[in-house]
Amino acid sequence: MTNSQDIQFSTEAMEKVRKIISRYPTGKHKSALIPILHIAQAEFGGWLSSQTMDYVASILEIQPIEVYEVASFYSMFNLQPVGNCLIEVCRTSSCWLCGAEDIIDHIENKLGITVGETTPDGMFTLKAVECLGSCGTAPMMQVGADYHENLTIEKVDNLLDQFKTDNKKSRYC
Amino acid sequence: MSRKLLLKNDHIQGINTLKTYKENGGYSVLEKALKGMSPDAIVEEVKKSGLRGRGGAGFPTGMKWSFLAKPEGVPRYLVCNADESEPGTFKDRYLMERIPHLLVEGMILSSFALGANTSYIYIRGEYFYVSRILEQAIEEAYQAGYLGKNILGTGFDLDLYVQVGAGAYICGEETALLESLEGKRGNPRIKPPFPAVAGLYGCPTVVNNVETIAAVVPIIEMGGDEYAKIGIGKSTGTKLISASGHINKPGVYEIELGLPVEEFIFSEEWCGGIKGGRKLKAVVAGGSSVPILPADLILKTANGEPRLMSYESLGEGGFVTGTMLGSGGFIVMDEDTSIVKNLYTFSRFYHHESCGQCSPCREGTGWMERILKKILDGRGSLADIDLLWDIQSKIEGKTICPLGEAAAWPVAAAIRHFRPEFEAYVTNPDSIKDIKHYYRLKN
Amino acid sequence: MPKITIDDIPIEVPEGTTILQAARMIGGDIVPPAMCYYSKLETSGGYCRTCIVKVEQGSAKDPRPMPKPVASCRTTVMDGMVVRNITSPENLEARAGVVEFLLLNHPLDCPVCDQAGECHLQDLSYEHGKEATRNEFERREYDPIDIGDKIKLHMNRCILCYRCVKVADQLTDGRCHGVINRGEHAEISTYIEKAIDNDFSGNMIDVCPVGALTDRTFRFKSRVWFTKPVDAHRNCDKCCGKVRLWNQGEEVLRVTARKDQWGEVEDNDDGSTAWICNECRFEKKNLSDWTIEGPSDISRHSVISANHYETLRSIQTNTLKMMGAKPHGVKVELGEGALDPNNQK
Ligand SMILES: Cc1cc2nc3c(=O)[nH]c(=O)nc-3n(C[C@H](O)[C@H](O)[C@H](O)COP(=O)(O)O)c2cc1C
Ligand code: SF4
Ligand code: SF4
Ligand code: FES
Ligand code: FES
Repeated sequence: MTNSQDIQFSTEAMEKVRKIISRYPTGKHKSALIPILHIAQAEFGGWLSSQTMDYVASILEIQPIEVYEVASFYSMFNLQPVGNCLIEVCRTSSCWLCGAEDIIDHIENKLGITVGETTPDGMFTLKAVECLGSCGTAPMMQVGADYHENLTIEKVDNLLDQFKTDNKKSRYC
Repeated sequence: MSRKLLLKNDHIQGINTLKTYKENGGYSVLEKALKGMSPDAIVEEVKKSGLRGRGGAGFPTGMKWSFLAKPEGVPRYLVCNADESEPGTFKDRYLMERIPHLLVEGMILSSFALGANTSYIYIRGEYFYVSRILEQAIEEAYQAGYLGKNILGTGFDLDLYVQVGAGAYICGEETALLESLEGKRGNPRIKPPFPAVAGLYGCPTVVNNVETIAAVVPIIEMGGDEYAKIGIGKSTGTKLISASGHINKPGVYEIELGLPVEEFIFSEEWCGGIKGGRKLKAVVAGGSSVPILPADLILKTANGEPRLMSYESLGEGGFVTGTMLGSGGFIVMDEDTSIVKNLYTFSRFYHHESCGQCSPCREGTGWMERILKKILDGRGSLADIDLLWDIQSKIEGKTICPLGEAAAWPVAAAIRHFRPEFEAYVTNPDSIKDIKHYYRLKN
Repeated sequence: MPKITIDDIPIEVPEGTTILQAARMIGGDIVPPAMCYYSKLETSGGYCRTCIVKVEQGSAKDPRPMPKPVASCRTTVMDGMVVRNITSPENLEARAGVVEFLLLNHPLDCPVCDQAGECHLQDLSYEHGKEATRNEFERREYDPIDIGDKIKLHMNRCILCYRCVKVADQLTDGRCHGVINRGEHAEISTYIEKAIDNDFSGNMIDVCPVGALTDRTFRFKSRVWFTKPVDAHRNCDKCCGKVRLWNQGEEVLRVTARKDQWGEVEDNDDGSTAWICNECRFEKKNLSDWTIEGPSDISRHSVISANHYETLRSIQTNTLKMMGAKPHGVKVELGEGALDPNNQK
């Protein structure tokens, strides 16, 4: 069985959770599932372990499978651990037209990993993702909640350096 | 200068705050309507305006509103579709980020018109920072008495919430959106019943795009008849166009419907022409789902008429020589672009975004992507092109939701208009090496 | 009551009837095949798209044709509706496309599949499929897993009909399996290893149209067509106790619910569905546990063909071919041995 006891939202996060649940009509609290999973992912290491998901199920009083079904459907939920700093570069049409592949190549070379991988020190994970609604400022990438747009190789270099110095964590909620 | 209704104040510093928004006339329409108009009168104005849904399908908004079932004692909901995930589309983000109060005001007006006392804005998860901007605006609106109980002393109550998604294009499809809002997988529902009868929590629901709801504000301000005078024919009003790709000035533009495509692409007022002075090769005019058109057909219809930015003109010629206005995601490609590779990025997208409920889309989208990759890798054959054509025809119209069509149409159109390029890929790959920058295939 | 025609055959049906139900009332080969719809499960249907039909006239009031084929299992009839199924070549072509999609990732393991002989997908491909598949890419593969000690899941064979999920939702008191992941990667799973343990969970096996969910207590690997089905009952305090025994000699190899001509669990006399409990299904494997009523009346053709090995053989070979097996490939062709009752491999 799971030890959902081992994990616990901070008081602050729990307050947010309660507030979110109150947005929906009585009995419709399952609506809170996705917002709560976002909070859980930010609180518990940037990914959703089965323990975390079981914990969320217990808060909402739903079956754990209902949480697994949902968490595994949405691309923003990581069901495996990711690096501290998750870099998501858009690869769809407009970004591709404006050179997204060069950006991806460059990040791969610079970090010594390929798309989908995490650097050995656990600092960076690189992903190529689908259109993020920033096609007019292509190429672009998202790191945490931040959009970085009109990317150039130099801009990417500066950003990566800065992330390293700041020991940036891409968790947000 | 072209007339602006939605973005007329987007350049004003601080327009995202209630204070500045109000100083520029914000919420005056709401006050006027709540105090002086009946809900039905608002619906009537929207009907008269000829406003069509800006989310992609172009369904008349007034008509949609009048279909809303109104059984006694059952709550009704208004849900704003801010999922905006159609590749090439970023106008809703711009509007929400710059002028969040316009959407909030539109939501209050529309909720009042529809008799909804709880409304939600469902925004894609990646727009997290935009959701914060909206929440801030909503908070301000509560403080000012535009939201909550007994709004402006009229007895009308409304709670407005922002719901954040988590990465799924399919949640832009309205019934998948409702499922997601109920805390489930974003699987589109099988229709009927339609949301107007059984939507959120089984209650009558209207789902409208961000831009549609924002447009209600100027419509009530100027009156439906005045709004209908803007634009051309049944394409009334203004439309936000997200322009991207190989143009000098990408960005979000508010145009009066009916603007010639040629002017839009080449005039300094708009896209400013093709980057680097290169030639125009093709345009995807309404977001990734709509058929791509080669330069000659996007500038002029098959009859030689100038093509206009309107539902009708872009649709002229059906899918044989025409396309759709869709969500207004206008992607421009220069002469060096590989149409096959661009199609591959679309097909990979639809494969990635299929919800997996129905077999043609679940199985067919991945199959098409694999064949395209094979062609790009130089391992394709002429038979593969025919096979692609056949697969898309077996998906189209056989699925639960229109994502099937959205995946099929781009494939059909690319082959229809650019078959020689596909053939060159399989028979004489060397001939394409000139466009090598775009020819290269990366995973 | 609405009057409609299906393939030019007129019928009058109660309000609210679906096209598929109306077609079943007519019967015969105009009945669209249904891989995901299950009349005994609420909200089933709509997913597989095999039951699509062409609606040539929407209703007497609005005679326009429907722009796209519709899922007959989820479309209610309207007075004056004109439906075409097998009399529309276009519709048959579209269905063949759906069949090809369903087989696209299906493994070539009919010769070793427990469901062989009673697999709806085999019937479907035999009756509605076309020539060999044009898919040259690798199939998705999953390892078979045991979900508890009674049920085995071969995800490779699953067509994502959602029937088992609906059984768990509607018949048991806490679903612990479901569909995870998205799109092509969607799969039936418990996510973390979990036994499905509930009095009625075994009914998932009966509703599964393919060999994805199978009975781990099915003793001896025996081809269905070597077993003799008889109807039997016992007094059971959990379920109706009315079952079908699949015997070989004196031995009860397997217990299932009784199924009707559509492959669905039959109704009880009171109109409820004759689902059976796990005790009857998994624990009662002695003839002495049961009162035998007599040989089962089975109308599904591939099971009938138990007596016509050649038919069965050609169905299987055909299915395999459609899935891309080489016509004379030794590995996948149904070997002689498979038809030998003494061969228990
Ligand atoms: C696959 C798919 C994705 C869609 N994505 C969006 C979207 O991101 N935003 C949107 O407003 N409408 C989207 N739609 C259209 C909606 O289903 C719906 O028609 C629209 O929100 C209605 O609002 P409107 O009438 O104001 O346009 C999508 C439809 C489909 C089939
Ligand atoms: S068409 Fe695709 S996205 Fe739509 S329901 Fe079917 S599988 Fe899901
Ligand atoms: S396991 Fe069987 S019943 Fe369940 S979804 Fe798959 S095919 Fe359908
Ligand atoms: S294509 Fe990259 S953000 Fe839209
Ligand atoms: S049986 Fe109708 S869609 Fe599957």
